[in-house]
Amino acid sequence: MNLLAYALIVVVGVAAVGVGGYGLLGGVAALRLDWLVPLGGLDLVLDPLGGLFLALIGFTAVPVSVYAMGYHDGSERGRLAYVVFVVSMCLVPLAANTMTFLLAWELMSLASYFLVVHDRTSRESIQAGWIYAVMTHAGLACLLGGMLLLGAETGSLRFADWQAAAPALTATTRNTAFVLLALGFAGKAGVIPLHVWLPLAHPAAPSHVSALMSGVMIKLGVYGLLRVSFDWLGAGPTWWGATLLIAGAVSSVVGVLYALVEHDLKRLLAFHSIENIGIILLGIGSAAVYHVAGHDALAVLGLIAALYHTVNHAAFKALLFLGAGAVVHATGTRNMEAMGGLIKRMPWTAACFLIGSAAIAALPPLNGFVSEWLTFLALFQNTHLAAVGQHLIFTLGIASLALTGGLAMACFVKAFGITFLALPRSDAAGHAHEASWPMRVGMLGLAATCVALGLGPTLVVPALGPVAAAVLRTTPLASGAEGLTLRVAGDFASLSTAIIAIALALAILAPLVILRIAGASRRSRAYETWGCGRIVQTARMEYTATAFANPFKRVFDFFYRPTKRLDIEFHPESRFFVERIEYENPTRSIFEDWLYRPALHALQAGARAATTLQSGSTNLYLAYILAALLLMLVLA
Amino acid sequence: MIADLAVAIVQVVIVGAGAPLLVGGLRTLRARLVGRRGPSPWQPYRDLHKLLAKEVVVSATTSWIFRVTPYILVATLLVAALIVPVVTLRPPLAFAGNIILLVYLLLLGTFFLALAGLDAGSAFGGMGSSREVAVAALAEPTVVVAVFALALRADTIDLGRIVERFGGEPRLVANPAHLLAFAALFIVMLAETGRLPVDNPATHLELTMIHEAMVLEYSGRYLALVEWASAMKLFVFMTLLANLFVPWGLSGSVGVGPILLGLLALAGKLVILALAVALLETTVAKLRLFRVPELLAGSFALALLSVMAVFLVR
Repeated sequence: MNLLAYALIVVVGVAAVGVGGYGLLGGVAALRLDWLVPLGGLDLVLDPLGGLFLALIGFTAVPVSVYAMGYHDGSERGRLAYVVFVVSMCLVPLAANTMTFLLAWELMSLASYFLVVHDRTSRESIQAGWIYAVMTHAGLACLLGGMLLLGAETGSLRFADWQAAAPALTATTRNTAFVLLALGFAGKAGVIPLHVWLPLAHPAAPSHVSALMSGVMIKLGVYGLLRVSFDWLGAGPTWWGATLLIAGAVSSVVGVLYALVEHDLKRLLAFHSIENIGIILLGIGSAAVYHVAGHDALAVLGLIAALYHTVNHAAFKALLFLGAGAVVHATGTRNMEAMGGLIKRMPWTAACFLIGSAAIAALPPLNGFVSEWLTFLALFQNTHLAAVGQHLIFTLGIASLALTGGLAMACFVKAFGITFLALPRSDAAGHAHEASWPMRVGMLGLAATCVALGLGPTLVVPALGPVAAAVLRTTPLASGAEGLTLRVAGDFASLSTAIIAIALALAILAPLVILRIAGASRRSRAYETWGCGRIVQTARMEYTATAFANPFKRVFDFFYRPTKRLDIEFHPESRFFVERIEYENPTRSIFEDWLYRPALHALQAGARAATTLQSGSTNLYLAYILAALLLMLVLA
Repeated sequence: MIADLAVAIVQVVIVGAGAPLLVGGLRTLRARLVGRRGPSPWQPYRDLHKLLAKEVVVSATTSWIFRVTPYILVATLLVAALIVPVVTLRPPLAFAGNIILLVYLLLLGTFFLALAGLDAGSAFGGMGSSREVAVAALAEPTVVVAVFALALRADTIDLGRIVERFGGEPRLVANPAHLLAFAALFIVMLAETGRLPVDNPATHLELTMIHEAMVLEYSGRYLALVEWASAMKLFVFMTLLANLFVPWGLSGSVGVGPILLGLLALAGKLVILALAVALLETTVAKLRLFRVPELLAGSFALALLSVMAVFLVR
């Protein structure tokens, strides 16, 4: 039974890749069943953009489900929710009318809610599920509002009709619909400041589900943002794109800053999802601005960068979550301070996690580097724009992407170094076991994908070009691929990761040869780590994750606003002997303190004020009804 | 193809063989400036030779990461030597990712070296790693924005063609935007290569050091490779600064004559730049670690001003 559910999803995934690939290559298909769903019927249409996301879901679901076969976690209910979750995700990019879309969207949210609260005994899970449910339904309310507004103004609930009617709508309608829909989709994508649910919900779910939530589900928010910004409403004013760009810059930096001081391995990865959504938004925002300014070739470049990063993030984030799942499974904790030395006990998991870390830190020649390179290039093209204000926004986008790259590298030195290197920091870590074979196969598959996506931009970019062109409704450009080299924006830049990989491989051999020629000593001796004359090395002498992140905490203290609490218990006989020291240095969330808590207080105050209306007397309530009725009649 | 290969070999040999001399020369210059005789500029070669003859002591706590890191580090810098225009305007691998590749290639080396610092489980290594990645991460925005300022005016991010463009149009060089970008990159160069006032390459006082703490566990041939790589990093950075901001003396054609001329020009530029670094290092004190971000923020402001200068003057 356990295997059956996951095997079913493997089949669904392969089918999704097939159908999605067909759509990606330009195939068109439609399915309409009027009787199945009220208000418009089930309406599915396959187009290039939907095909890309469908293929992405399938492509990620296959290795994740293979991994899940060896994970032995979760109940009957959890497996059912998993199946519903994947299938409903597959329906979202195909949905062609409001009813189908919202049904699939809500089914996806509910199934993932049940997966988040799978551990019904943990207060933390329940709390995470509660916040997730509230945030996702606030998002749904925004989506519903935006879609009903468009439906009322255009007289149709089909997306294709919106495209046709959009140019005739008033600016106010278009702007209102954009804000509502963008808020709903940005909430699902985890864009700052709508991100609060993400670092709670993703780690609470079982790891293979976290992999799909972070790798794929939040990408459907990106899918929605693409539809809103380019498709349903046509090209909008410049501020749409500029807003997305700024949101991307803020999300990328804030996401990685939170990840740096997070020592729960899965929450750290969840914060990195916020960062990567930010990077994707940098590409989308630049594409929107270029599109409005009439630079379609540049818009295609920005969109290719965003789509490439979407695909890449699905690959390396799923890989990292699966790796984290194997570690959590083996050590029984998510706290990095209790890990260490796992590279010796879990060599396969460590190697896969290292590849994922290097990929997400955008190190060449892996896939994260390629898409960040393309994003840099898209942002560099702002010289073609006219306004100085836009130059400034784009330049700050460039700076934030660079800072994000550097900080992500630092964060994954911490994540990999503290988790896998040096001595085990707890008994559980010292007795950890390697992941089972299906889990290893799932991780190896994703690691190979990261390498392939990194080495093959000359194949991937020509495949994404037509999708981007279809979204923008322009003619596809020349792909820019020449042999192993990718040319971007004419002579402006070129990239060849395959050549870099070959050069690096040859260059690693060079020092070996040089050492041999120079007649270097080949003797080697194993000894203990140097320690200023201490007698024995223990894990307590190691650098901790907290210590590692401390320079960043001090540099960015205006953002973290850390508080310090030191509690020392002395020996009753003498103050020269310390019995116990407790030290706490937590950071505070700006968004919780300055946005959510005031909003919550305002909501509660409003509710309290409304209680004066409720006396409990039936007569009074009847009077309310009468008054409301009269008011409606007067207004009508 | 043959010409590219020849240039590749020449560049790797110049960077690889010249790097220890640059480090030694800097030390001699610093010693002379404070009135000491100082060691010979050739001393780093003797040090490397001595290290190669010694046995390697590896901590039993470490994993394979510790042992492969010196090789990866050297490899990233050898590839970097093929991206930067050293003696010709056509560096063989400039096309493979341009200047952004150079920046991220150096980060790849830092990534592995920082992991190796954590691998032995000593507090020194972890401290060095943590500080090194902090400095590298905070320097990143400056580098990329300064590069953007250059790309903006050269209309390409291919390093060889940037140098060619600036060399052909001297008025692009004598320009406030260019000088601001130079100042920004100069500060980053000091930070990234561990020079004063960010890090002191001569100190072995554990609590103040960054780079040296991180590589404390290395010995023998591994230490030789790490030191060689650090020297190459300094060489690559200084060559980049020299050729970007004094873009003359390099030739587009490949031949013995032009390459020798390019080498001579490079040597001249590096001597002047090394004199500037040595003068600076003898006059400033090391900054407190938590003042370094302010310095880097200042360099970022310079880079941003450089970009804005280009847009506003246009």
